[in-house]
Amino acid sequence: MVVDVRAAPVPPTLFDADQVRRDFPILNQQKAADRPRLAFLDSAASSQKPAVVIDAMSEYYESINANIHRGVYQLSEAATAKYEEARHIMAAFINARQARECIFVRNTTEAINLVVWSWGRANLNRGDRILLTQMEHHSNLVPWHMLAEERGIEIDYVPLTSDQQLDMHAFQELLNNNTRLVGVTHISNAIGTLNDIGTIARLAHQAGAIVLVDGAQSVPHMLVDVQALDIDFLAFSGHKMVGPMGSGLLYGKRELLESMPPFMGGGSMIRKVTLEGTTFADVPARFEAGTPAVADQIGMAAAAQYLTGLGLGNIRAHELDLLDYAMEHLTEVPGLTMFGSADLSKRSGVISFTLGDIHPHDVAAILDGENVAVRAGHHCAQPLMKEMGVVATTRASFYLYNTRADVDQLIAALHKANSVFGLG
Amino acid sequence: MAETLYREIILEHYRNPQNRGILDPSDYSYEDTNPLCGDEIRIDLRVNDGIVTEIGFSGRGCAISQASASMLTEMVKGQPLDEVKAITKEDLLDELGIPLSPARLKCALLSLKVLKAGIYGFSSDDEDE
Repeated sequence: MVVDVRAAPVPPTLFDADQVRRDFPILNQQKAADRPRLAFLDSAASSQKPAVVIDAMSEYYESINANIHRGVYQLSEAATAKYEEARHIMAAFINARQARECIFVRNTTEAINLVVWSWGRANLNRGDRILLTQMEHHSNLVPWHMLAEERGIEIDYVPLTSDQQLDMHAFQELLNNNTRLVGVTHISNAIGTLNDIGTIARLAHQAGAIVLVDGAQSVPHMLVDVQALDIDFLAFSGHKMVGPMGSGLLYGKRELLESMPPFMGGGSMIRKVTLEGTTFADVPARFEAGTPAVADQIGMAAAAQYLTGLGLGNIRAHELDLLDYAMEHLTEVPGLTMFGSADLSKRSGVISFTLGDIHPHDVAAILDGENVAVRAGHHCAQPLMKEMGVVATTRASFYLYNTRADVDQLIAALHKANSVFGLG
Repeated sequence: MAETLYREIILEHYRNPQNRGILDPSDYSYEDTNPLCGDEIRIDLRVNDGIVTEIGFSGRGCAISQASASMLTEMVKGQPLDEVKAITKEDLLDELGIPLSPARLKCALLSLKVLKAGIYGFSSDDEDE
């Protein structure tokens, strides 16, 4: 039974970011006298948390905390029920067929590593190929490099077009009979490119490959339906979707998960252990060795319900409105170069840019002086930076609690950076 | 905060770096990067009778790392190698005279790390990286 958390989203006209901000304690702190208000534009790295999420975790610890599963007492049973309810909520959130297709993990990186070290080791051998892209986060590159070293598999990379979209013509040419898996990010964390996962999955399946989607930047910001997109594996983190750090999820199609050996061995993931050996538990317990982050996963489920209540379509529309407004005004900043497509439908609320030849760390430091929080660096995507011909960029990212006031503060601070460095 | 970080002396060294360039041949040469932000610094030295007679730095990076390298070359040029070896982090930070967060400390100290590694001839990997 899957709990329907999709009921009654807020109608678009009622979405009010100023109202949403009141749900986030950190955005309502007393402002320091000598600092401007906080413009938090780094949600792509980690989002802020609403009171409902913080409360869900506190309530768990205050009322039903106990280790889950084998406890034969009420607290443990209540904790187990709440943990499994969280799994059902998350299954509904991404429209999985069954809750058992949802494995709780610490973060996106762990979810991808689970696929690499369980599915990869069991299925990939010398001569097999996998296909990744030039815009992947290091978390969807490094584990595969490690496996390639161990197994002698070959890795191909889908190149990018001049506006940092996946070159779909090259993608089709690179797909071949030996391609066993396509690993692709749904949205680039570094530049916000939104990839057409439906088409990628269809073409991959026609070629006999399965698809692993890094959903770290998409699941928090738009409706991601694993059945509609026909995704085989979906990895994402709770902490980027207003949930707690230490929560995350790997979705996998049931038949795939059931064919896979465990990733880590230990408690909770066994059926029977003798000194001669072990038989393993069914999915999902097989992949959740040791005591899990119960409160954190419950917090992530509360976050999913919160986002669903507001409506992921509304959140996406709000971010695109901010993106449109920001891109218009960023073009007025002398020396500023933006990356990614000019077409809003092909991107998320992430804007990566350079400002003349001012180093992004200097830009970010001056922005911090104006209490504008952005990220600067290679965004764990060094191959992408190299492809774009830059060492680093400055990145502003929007979420449901951002407003045009945040954008205005960003633009003013960028003009300030220009004046400090004697430009513009 | 930004005003104190980017005080005029820093920006002056950033815009008009001292001793910028590559020395070839040189007696000591080393380069390294700051993986956090991709700052790159190379330092070349020529030493005569135990005195650093010429020094050149090259590379790219943020204003703090480049200004710090420029200032460091001024501290080093014409000094006995033994005294150059004795330059501490504090000496360079005093010269910079700006408040630095832990992340930016790495930018500020990259040049000194490269200089020391060049002179002592060993890899300068920090224990905390």
